Amino acid sequence: MSDSLQFDRSGRLRHFLTLEGLPRDLLVRIMDTAESFASVTEQQVKKVPLLRGKTVVNLFFENSTRTRTTFELAAKRLSADVLNVNIATSATSKGESLLDTIRNIEAMRVDMFVVRHAESGAAHFIAGHVQPHISVLNAGDGRHSHPTQAMLDMFTIRRHKGDFSRLKVAIVGDVLHSRVARSEILALNTLGAREVRVVAPRTLLPAAATESLGVRVYHDLDQGLAGVDVIIMLRLQRERMTGAFLPSEHEYFERFGLTEARLAKAAPDVIVMHPGPINRGVEIDSRVADGPHSVILQQVSNGIAVRMAIMSLVLRGSEEGYPGVAI
Amino acid sequence: MSAERIAILNGRVVDPASGTDAVVPVYLADGAVAAVGSRPDGFAADRELDAAGLVVCPGLVDICARLREPGQEHKGTILSETRAAAAGGITTLLCPPDTDPIADTPAVARLIRSRAQRAGFAKVEIMGAMTRDLAGKELSQMYALRDAGCRAVTNAQFPLANALVLRRAMEYAATCGLVVVVRPDEPSLRGTGCVHEGAVGARLGLPGIPVTAETVAVAQVLALVEETGVQVHFGQLSSARAVEMVAQARVRGHPVSADVAIHHLHLTEDALGGFDAHAHVQPPFRAGGDRLALRRALAAGVVGAVCSDHQPHELDAKLDAFPSTESGVAAMELLLPLTLKLAEEGELDLATALARLSCGPADIFGMPVGRLAAGRSADLCIFDPAAVWKVEQGQWQSNGRNTPYWGQSLKGRVVATLVAGEVVYRSGPSVIGAG
Repeated sequence: MSDSLQFDRSGRLRHFLTLEGLPRDLLVRIMDTAESFASVTEQQVKKVPLLRGKTVVNLFFENSTRTRTTFELAAKRLSADVLNVNIATSATSKGESLLDTIRNIEAMRVDMFVVRHAESGAAHFIAGHVQPHISVLNAGDGRHSHPTQAMLDMFTIRRHKGDFSRLKVAIVGDVLHSRVARSEILALNTLGAREVRVVAPRTLLPAAATESLGVRVYHDLDQGLAGVDVIIMLRLQRERMTGAFLPSEHEYFERFGLTEARLAKAAPDVIVMHPGPINRGVEIDSRVADGPHSVILQQVSNGIAVRMAIMSLVLRGSEEGYPGVAI
Repeated sequence: MSAERIAILNGRVVDPASGTDAVVPVYLADGAVAAVGSRPDGFAADRELDAAGLVVCPGLVDICARLREPGQEHKGTILSETRAAAAGGITTLLCPPDTDPIADTPAVARLIRSRAQRAGFAKVEIMGAMTRDLAGKELSQMYALRDAGCRAVTNAQFPLANALVLRRAMEYAATCGLVVVVRPDEPSLRGTGCVHEGAVGARLGLPGIPVTAETVAVAQVLALVEETGVQVHFGQLSSARAVEMVAQARVRGHPVSADVAIHHLHLTEDALGGFDAHAHVQPPFRAGGDRLALRRALAAGVVGAVCSDHQPHELDAKLDAFPSTESGVAAMELLLPLTLKLAEEGELDLATALARLSCGPADIFGMPVGRLAAGRSADLCIFDPAAVWKVEQGQWQSNGRNTPYWGQSLKGRVVATLVAGEVVYRSGPSVIGAG
């Protein structure tokens, strides 16, 4: 779909918008590169000079302190200059068009936009209209795509599980509204996971989920979790109750919340993941979120290394080699 | 009206209403058709047009096109869009009332018609607003709208407050002798959707519009038609199930008809590609099975008309994240070639295809156009069925360039358009021009 937009003429990754159309080798390379950056972030001096002189703009049309912070840290550890532009309280509320906002910041001679936007397709639109030397990195667009989150989740899974081909993965919750779920499903299928399941009531699943997304659909959590190696819980937004998707948080937790008893249905060495921020007692019990199977906080720290890998790949992709730990 | 006497010679005359499909001359005098076939006694042509190799057919009747004036002249004007109509071989237009001010009073309807008359490129008729301000609550002054020349009323894409308003509007419109046009759309099911609720929308994470947004509305209207006997025309159907419901109602003898927009006969949800805003339309492009059913219903006559659903936009309207872009396609100039494409693909024969663009739509609204019979207004379209042309600047007349076909080549090109015997469009240095 977006192959032509994501790659330049010589087949080099120019933008990072979606995992759709990205080959398995590239995803593996991202994880391998992230592995080398992970050791950087564990050292006393956490910086590498890979992107010295480059300017990365965090263009957030939707507030997210957490995601913005990890992108900011990732860019700074690559020695890039970082500019944070919070549009939710800035230009577009004064009536400036999205394209004008882009043009203005572009004129400041920047190298990369990290874009978060509430509407599906926003990152594609921006990538289709920026000057040729600028790369766009999608930090989440509407319900469509959140490819860096999916890659950090894959990285986390690989660190714990190694080979994907024997893994059964269950994604539980509001798949309909989730860009994270869409990107994770693409990533898992590209990496050859044995089985990708989604577990949710029908109101929280997209039409024809099986065919359109390539997943097995479950409406019963116990069945959906049976024997799985990885559980990914999705955040449930409060507005799903007012939108008549669900009757109450209580009933949702009763049927689809992850508790210790339910966790017992999965494989004994199952890992539990969540893109955050978590709603304790809504989609996940605190004992599970803080329990021995949970890798939720590792996801957060892995996020920095994975975003460093993707940023360096996109901005320096034509140059051979990744010095990684060399300071 | 032209007093000139014109003889159109050597053309293949296709007049679906009379069943004519033959190389015969057409004679025009005093802005009307004088004869098809044999030269009237004493007819001396002031001008002869050689239409060898061309098709001569009734001027096309487009029953849903927006001109954008008054109120949205940055998108299009009566002048620019009627000129585009002429370039598309369209001689009669029926326009929805969602102008600014809204055409819910005779004054606005008269204003548009008089400006169109002054422009002189096409006959323009207005669908009156069914409710005041299109707000869906109180009835518009339908008798006054009828007296101002409206043949139909509609609430266009705007919702009605409830089924009772719809029922009353249908009954009152029938009392006035107006056709009710419904663009079936249940707003609660559409919600914030912007694409077909299907595989592509699910993958792109774009909010979907289920088929039931259309079928629930169709079912409601059909139940009211059954009870009241009022004639209703469904505009721009998009789904297989909806045309099936209309077909069943017609079999049962209910006075319902339907049209589809030309691009829905060609494009599906796959046109969304990488968030192509030119594929943002309402109702949305649906699945392949829906497109097939629309084509079959068109061939069978359940769908009696193809319209352009022309909605010209300024460039900025399509420059945003997909859900924030405005919906609609500028399509008048593509109406004929894309309909001919259906014939070429074997969905229906040429005469039937042209019927859906001429007498078909005209008959739904009782308009005295769309046929080449002696005494009728000399509204004609002459086209070259074999000419291939590229959709690009230079050819294009509409102010809106918002079409998924921009840059593509299409077959079938209008050579000349006549309204009341007057040549209002002529493409390039054609044979016709030499007349």
